[in-house]
Amino acid sequence: MKLFVQLQPLIFIAALLAAWQISISLHPGSLLPGPWAVVGGFTDLLQHGVLLKYVVASLFRVTWGFTLAAALAIPAGFVIGWYARAEMALNPLIQILRPISPLAWIPIAILWFGVGDLASIFLIFIGCFLPLVLTAIDAVQSVPAVYVNAGRNFGLSFAELVYRVLYPAAMPQLIVGLRITLGVAWLVVVAAEMIAVNSGLGFLIVDARNAGNRYDLVVAGMVMIGVIGLLLDIGMRSLEKVRSLRWSYSEE
Amino acid sequence: MPSSEIVANAMLESKLRARQINMTFKSGSESISVLENIDLDVATGEFLCLVGPSGCGKSTLLSIMAGFLSPTSGTVTIDQEKITGPDPRRIFVFQERGVFPWLTVEGNVGFGLFKLPKAEQDRRVAHYIKLVGLEGFENAYPPELSGGMKQRLEVARALAVNPDMLFLDEPFGALDSITRLIMRGELLRIWDAERKTIIFVTHDIDEAVQLADRVVVLSDRPAKVQSVVNIDIAHPRDISSARYLELRDGILAQIGLAHRV
Repeated sequence: MKLFVQLQPLIFIAALLAAWQISISLHPGSLLPGPWAVVGGFTDLLQHGVLLKYVVASLFRVTWGFTLAAALAIPAGFVIGWYARAEMALNPLIQILRPISPLAWIPIAILWFGVGDLASIFLIFIGCFLPLVLTAIDAVQSVPAVYVNAGRNFGLSFAELVYRVLYPAAMPQLIVGLRITLGVAWLVVVAAEMIAVNSGLGFLIVDARNAGNRYDLVVAGMVMIGVIGLLLDIGMRSLEKVRSLRWSYSEE
Repeated sequence: MPSSEIVANAMLESKLRARQINMTFKSGSESISVLENIDLDVATGEFLCLVGPSGCGKSTLLSIMAGFLSPTSGTVTIDQEKITGPDPRRIFVFQERGVFPWLTVEGNVGFGLFKLPKAEQDRRVAHYIKLVGLEGFENAYPPELSGGMKQRLEVARALAVNPDMLFLDEPFGALDSITRLIMRGELLRIWDAERKTIIFVTHDIDEAVQLADRVVVLSDRPAKVQSVVNIDIAHPRDISSARYLELRDGILAQIGLAHRV
């Protein structure tokens, strides 16, 4: 019985796939390929050696864009959050820039960086940077004063206070922000690859359609994007289970 | 209490000296006077309790003496030195739980020892974990500990840096009454072993009379020193003795509480 409960989601997916396959075979010639055709698409991509290549290309861009954004946004957010005046000065600017979709930056990205990796890395960076700055501002402002006072009491310098108190105290909130932002990065890379480069999973989808309406490859690419997005999220979630991070202010 | 006695106490070796402390908080156009002309002397190795009605400014006074707040006027000197900020020689134990939840018990106790050699750090961490009875929990994280254990951990973290003074702000306020009784005994045992100068804020008169050498009674806001009561009973104190009840009821009467429920 327990096994059945655990397998339930898989059984449900299998049932959906079967229904999909049956309805495709009842209406041949419809525009959506059936699951079996998508499997064929996967085999095709694997045989030509492009699937792995494109996955690596997309992950490469996400890694760079996301890491650069995190490395700059978290310190920037800490500074802005810590100094009330910095927040007063910068908050209007942040609020104006924030609603602009990263995709609106595509023309500028191509103007500055041409068509290539840099343009899509820049777009991912844009998509992650401001949300992470806001997360870091909020995280540092919600560090309870008692921790800061205790840190000062033990004679920490400002740098030590940041490293030994503010940073670990803000970490649980930062990780939630990083997890959400990594999801955004994965959304942006696909869009960026449709326009600004000629490799990657986003490119695969556009290219398969343009070069002969291979919708089996389009759906294969979509499935791949979903699976990798899920794996990235599982990876970030596992960070939340680390013992030294498994606490929140709410339980105090 | 005649003022001559306060002066007499000041003549003893005075560790901390507060003179004419005034504190006014501004909220909008209003300004609220919290402390008024507080004079206080604390002798080296003394256990002093500050009591008063809740919200009277006890914690504010403690924060000023620890260097976390600057008074509107007046000075606090410790060892003839004017204080300008918090200092590792004087550790504040917070009313809210101040232990760091991202560090283990060991990590918390060793938090202030970063300037010492590793071997000395390890020695002190082990010593103070034992002193507060947290052996076996070295690698536990604070969320896994009970309230009383967290409070003992914070005391151990404070003692590990070998301060000469401890400021305790209602440290047992959030504990249940049985744990609180045990913790008082523990604190006296530790005080007996380490002889730190302790200033302890509480709103619990019984707690003050059980622990302190002297009890400073503050008035309602703006707080003034209403009286200073010497607790001339040797430890361990019999809390049903006539002298204990007399001192306790004297303080209760000063605060204006009829001793009837």
